[in-house]
Amino acid sequence: MATLEIRDLHVTVEADNATKEILKGVDLTVKQGETHAIMGPNGSGKSTLAYSLAGHPKYTITGGTVTLDGEDVLEMSVDERARAGLFLAMQYPVEVPGVSVSNFLRTSATAIRGEAPKLRTWVKEVKEAMERLNMDPAFAERNVNEGFSGGEKKRHEILQLELLKPKVAILDETDSGLDVDALRVVSEGVNRVRETGEVGTLLITHYTRILRYIKPDHVHVFANGRIVESGGAELADKLEAEGYEAYTKGGASA
Amino acid sequence: MAEAQNIPVGSTTAGSIAVAAESTVATRMSAPPSFDVADFPVPHGREEEWRFTPLERLRGLHDGTATATGEGVKVTVEAPEGVTVETVGRDDARLGRAGTPVDRVAAQAYSAFEQASVVTVPKETVLTEPIRIAVHGEGGTAYAHQVIELGAFAEAVVVIDHTGDAVLAANVEYVIGDGAKLTVVSVQDWDDKAVHAAQHDALVGRDASLKSIIVTFGGDVVRLHPRVRYAGPGGEAELFGLYFTDAGQHQEHRLLVDHNVPHCKSNVVYKGALQGDDAHAVWIGDVLIEAKAEGTDTYEMNRNLVLTDGARVDSVPNLEIETGEIVGAGHASATGRFDDEQLFYLMARGIPEKDARRLVVRGFFAELVQQIGLPDIEERLIGRIEEELEASVA
Ligand SMILES: Nc1ncnc2c1ncn2[C@@H]1O[C@H](COP(=O)(O)OP(=O)(O)OP(=O)(O)O)[C@@H](O)[C@H]1O
Ligand SMILES: [Mg+2]
Repeated sequence: MATLEIRDLHVTVEADNATKEILKGVDLTVKQGETHAIMGPNGSGKSTLAYSLAGHPKYTITGGTVTLDGEDVLEMSVDERARAGLFLAMQYPVEVPGVSVSNFLRTSATAIRGEAPKLRTWVKEVKEAMERLNMDPAFAERNVNEGFSGGEKKRHEILQLELLKPKVAILDETDSGLDVDALRVVSEGVNRVRETGEVGTLLITHYTRILRYIKPDHVHVFANGRIVESGGAELADKLEAEGYEAYTKGGASA
Repeated sequence: MAEAQNIPVGSTTAGSIAVAAESTVATRMSAPPSFDVADFPVPHGREEEWRFTPLERLRGLHDGTATATGEGVKVTVEAPEGVTVETVGRDDARLGRAGTPVDRVAAQAYSAFEQASVVTVPKETVLTEPIRIAVHGEGGTAYAHQVIELGAFAEAVVVIDHTGDAVLAANVEYVIGDGAKLTVVSVQDWDDKAVHAAQHDALVGRDASLKSIIVTFGGDVVRLHPRVRYAGPGGEAELFGLYFTDAGQHQEHRLLVDHNVPHCKSNVVYKGALQGDDAHAVWIGDVLIEAKAEGTDTYEMNRNLVLTDGARVDSVPNLEIETGEIVGAGHASATGRFDDEQLFYLMARGIPEKDARRLVVRGFFAELVQQIGLPDIEERLIGRIEEELEASVA
């Protein structure tokens, strides 16, 4: 069973010629089949955690460990992490001009699976996955994320999640910028992947709204660069009612 | 319409739209056009038309010290039936009709060539196979003159390949008869040391069309000057260009579209990628809409992708409009760095760095290639771009 283990993770960024510590000791274990929601106020470091796990070069790991099935993730390059089974659905997906969605998907599926998918079954696989996400087939011929609306970008991220079948999926604010219909479609996509029982999900969100569609097993409150409280789904209800104030007043000085 | 974005340090992207009574495109040249090299002073490098060019690397083409050697360049023309291929002397009346040299190197080439090659597609002849011209440098110095003429309603594709090592200055003329259609692909695939300076003059007949595709990969210095004029209304020119400038290379494309008659169209799209120390690309896009050229429709665009530090781009679109009675006129120029966020995104999907870089560069060029509209040429170009990426983007 795949397990992502994060131990005492410390991360800094360089900003304005100064080094700023953003993550201040994160501990978290995500097992295959589990869904963890990470909730926290703006600027608490949620995306930093997501990017650091994926290996974004802007973030410097200054302490702690991350392992996937015992393998040292921090030693791996960005693409190696993805091939090892980590997937990051980004809060702000990037436009890649001149690269079509279909070419992109096939190139990444080839990299992740270790061989080029058979053309016939692949075309069908993509087509059906797009249909389930209510994506127009014309998207396949458009350039990656270019001119996509916020909602379309998020659907495209979940399309990749469905096709790439990672061991651990980190979904960074996949819910933000979605209207209710899109939120439902995207959540259904995430749930299809979860139902396979093959993926551990780290659902990063600011709002409790998405948790009505995707039921977490664990909820963690993230504030000032670390997890400050953990509980079951009921913790989300408490946050819904009371907000993050109780967590930001004391500890967050940044 | 002008735009500029993400300009790397050490690059310029300056544009202007001038509404002028008199053309500054013409007046800012250091001497009026002439076939005689003696009419041009030896450039010192500060002239408007030479200020980006490393004169010291022209191997004497600009100051009269480069003398032609016997076996400079070998030219082979392969033409389908119905096409006439001739080698003619300097006094042939068909030379010098499409344009006049506008700078010292072009005039030097015109003053120094001994024989010219004239390729003629008779009127109403529609070729199904391309005319292939191989220009292979054998290590020497050469001055050349090439004329390609299409009679009325003729249609032809011409592919010119430049390979090997040479110091070459040339004038190329395209004389396109009324209603004729010429597609010309010129590939500069020189060895590292080659120096190539050429003026291309196209004279586009009434209702005729020119599609020019310039592809520059190789050479130490490549400096091309494609120019278009119209012989009658209804003419169309599409000028596409693609360059890949590696460390130490100087690749300069200077274009002029002279809308000198009414109701003609032009569309210019050039894209370049640069990588390595002292890679230098220059793009000058002059479009002139003369007072009499009512109904003109023109657009020009240059985009550059800077893959590494140490490369430099100078991109100068310049649109001069002497009449307001036009359909449309626009230009755009943008130079951007290779985007690390794109790289991260692709790698986060398992794609190895090298493949991700190639994907981005290929995508950048694919946008241009897709506009050419000739499947076999598009395929060939994509193939060449692949090879170039294979060899150089690591
Ligand atoms: N690349 C960076 N350069 C400079 N500062 C950064 C960078 N990335 C993050 N930060 C800073 O780190 C802190 C945490 O940012 P992060 O994006 O991780 O927060 P978040 O919890 O995801 O917020 P949100 O809910 O708004 O998405 C912020 O103060 C942010 O400005
Ligand atoms: Mg965030």
